[in-house]
Amino acid sequence: MKIDSIISGNTFVIHLFGDVDHYSTEFIKKYIYDNIIPDIKNIVFNLEGVEFMDSSGIGMVLGRYKEMSEKMGTVALVGVKGNMERIYTLSGLYRIIKNYTTIDEALKSIKLRDGVYE
Amino acid sequence: MNKMEIKFDALSQNEAFARLAVSGFLLYKNPGINDMEDIKMAVSEAVTNSIIHAYKDGGTVRIYCEIHENEFMVTVEDYGKGIEDIALARRPLYTSKPHEERSGMGFTIMETFMDSISVSSEKDKGTKIIMYKELK
Repeated sequence: MKIDSIISGNTFVIHLFGDVDHYSTEFIKKYIYDNIIPDIKNIVFNLEGVEFMDSSGIGMVLGRYKEMSEKMGTVALVGVKGNMERIYTLSGLYRIIKNYTTIDEALKSIKLRDGVYE
Repeated sequence: MNKMEIKFDALSQNEAFARLAVSGFLLYKNPGINDMEDIKMAVSEAVTNSIIHAYKDGGTVRIYCEIHENEFMVTVEDYGKGIEDIALARRPLYTSKPHEERSGMGFTIMETFMDSISVSSEKDKGTKIIMYKELK
């Protein structure tokens, strides 16, 4: 598991690479806690570089969604594909967390959403 | 018939090893990418369950696989505390650890990605999951 990130306004854009399983979600959570700043209220997970993700990944995304919701923010995904898409649908995650084709698209929709809330 | 067996410590860093060991064993059958990914997903869920739920102070997970022509079978077994109510554990979105960010999707994923699955468990003896899939 490799992680890169950038901060764009009040959104934390996190690029994940490799396998997202129970072991690596602990690492991802720690990375977020170590690097997040108080202003951030949205997270975009870029999953284009993810080769494998199981239900532990769903749990981790849902956990971040709950935290961002408390700040009136949200979580968005980019690049959900293959079996990841099947568990994303199966778990009902897609109903609350949207998947976008590009990071720009995700950021644009978050900005629109912020406009409505602010 | 071809078979393989591995035993490893119930530690989360061994989840990737478990997935890769099973998919590596299957490789000679040239399974489709979908079958391979489905099996990796199901094995990952079963192994993660054993690692998270079975033991308080560590233990062993055993994986046993058989291939008969195109029929693939994988058993994931632990010797831990067992599942008290299997029907409840298999219910979608149910988790016995609601504070640990578990999605409660493990069994649902195993059932969806494999052709069939049977679960047996005995208190303080352990849990055994047997899954089948026909390779296409």
